Amino acid sequence: MIRVSADFAKEVKKRLGGETITNCYQCGTCTSSCPVARVTNRFNPRKLIVQSLRGKRDDVLTGEMIWLCCSCFNCQERCPQRVEIADLIYALRNIAISEGNVPNIYSEFVSALYSEGKLVKVAGFTEKQRENFGLPPLKKPDVEAIRAILAETSFGEVLKVLEGKE
Amino acid sequence: MKSYALFLGCTIPARQLNYEISARKALKALGIDLVDLDGMSCCAPPPIESVAVDASLAVSAYNICLAEEAGLDLLTICSGCFQSLARTNELLKRNSQLRKRVNQILSKIGKEFKGSIEVKHYLKVLHDEVGVEEVRRNVTKQLKNIKAAPFYGCHLLRPSELLKFDDPEKPRILDDLIEALGAKSIDYLDKLKCCGGLLRGYDDDLALELARDKVMKASKAGADCIVTVCPFCFINLDLGQIQIARKYNENYSLPIVHYPELLCLAMGVEAKELSPRSHRVKIDKLLEKMV
Repeated sequence: MIRVSADFAKEVKKRLGGETITNCYQCGTCTSSCPVARVTNRFNPRKLIVQSLRGKRDDVLTGEMIWLCCSCFNCQERCPQRVEIADLIYALRNIAISEGNVPNIYSEFVSALYSEGKLVKVAGFTEKQRENFGLPPLKKPDVEAIRAILAETSFGEVLKVLEGKE
Repeated sequence: MKSYALFLGCTIPARQLNYEISARKALKALGIDLVDLDGMSCCAPPPIESVAVDASLAVSAYNICLAEEAGLDLLTICSGCFQSLARTNELLKRNSQLRKRVNQILSKIGKEFKGSIEVKHYLKVLHDEVGVEEVRRNVTKQLKNIKAAPFYGCHLLRPSELLKFDDPEKPRILDDLIEALGAKSIDYLDKLKCCGGLLRGYDDDLALELARDKVMKASKAGADCIVTVCPFCFINLDLGQIQIARKYNENYSLPIVHYPELLCLAMGVEAKELSPRSHRVKIDKLLEKMV
């Protein structure tokens, strides 16, 4: 039996995406379906889940493992217990980020979405190229609307965490 | 002619004109009308879900609202956008509690998710609405000599219960659409395994190792090209090969093409009209084989 340390498991279960964590019976179908686990032992979804269930909060949230999922959803597709593993990993990342554990690339995603409403900026050169190929001019996102939405979600808290880090 | 609201996303219009040009040309030629709506933002894919799942759902739902207001179904080119939008659409249609939560957020800007439209990927539209036979009829240049390795990527197929695109373990749609062009759709080891693209930026070495495995296996199976549908698969396999050559001293020179590029070429569009320079691995070898 897995010794469940109720506090962290409960915390994860309450999160969007984390609801199914306690369904896990550790069969390992996830790890045997995982393309990342096939090439490195730095990532193992079954272990990540058992660590979470056993309440190893700090190890899970400050370690590198939660960031090594490639979001392919193969594990989630095949899990016999319907644990939504890829979603569960998003939930763990959400908690880690809210506590200031933010890999650089994710800080970049956060500032791009907040400042542009998009993740990739279109270079002036590309706009010219688009025109040359007869593509229509790009419509602009409504950045104000996006910011208003983000402010109503936990993204707003993440912005504060990132500001505090600077 | 059926009209769709086009969801272009972030990466394709900024980095992969080859994909945007070919998709627009091919769909138009096959009777699909694409409408560019104002205000569409990022779809809020895995990188944003990783930051805040609630924000991802709300931003994604916001974009669906824009299509609902226009009374049009949404069509995506990027598989990443497809997964975010189709998943949100389905989740919010099924789960009234979640819909309430998201609508409370959207009410701040006067929007409401109603659940009145569908989100579709263009491959599904080509396969189910245009039809494989109609695609075949539009081919003027059979790609008889081409052995193409189809690569579905991940976010087109999974989670299948919400996306309902094709059989997640044995998909056929891309294979059928490739064969409609006269090309041979070949089987290869680990055909459905992820390319590792989303690890780029966090662990580039790991992303490259997964890409290398993909290119190596398609190459061994005798592929003339890998056919992609996702811009991140494209980057990891195309730009990836330049990096593989440097890091592993292995030169595959295996052209990576998005499906609509192949489709346009088979419909007689000149390669130079399709922004061939968007490719880091030259596609000349492939073009020569088409003559």
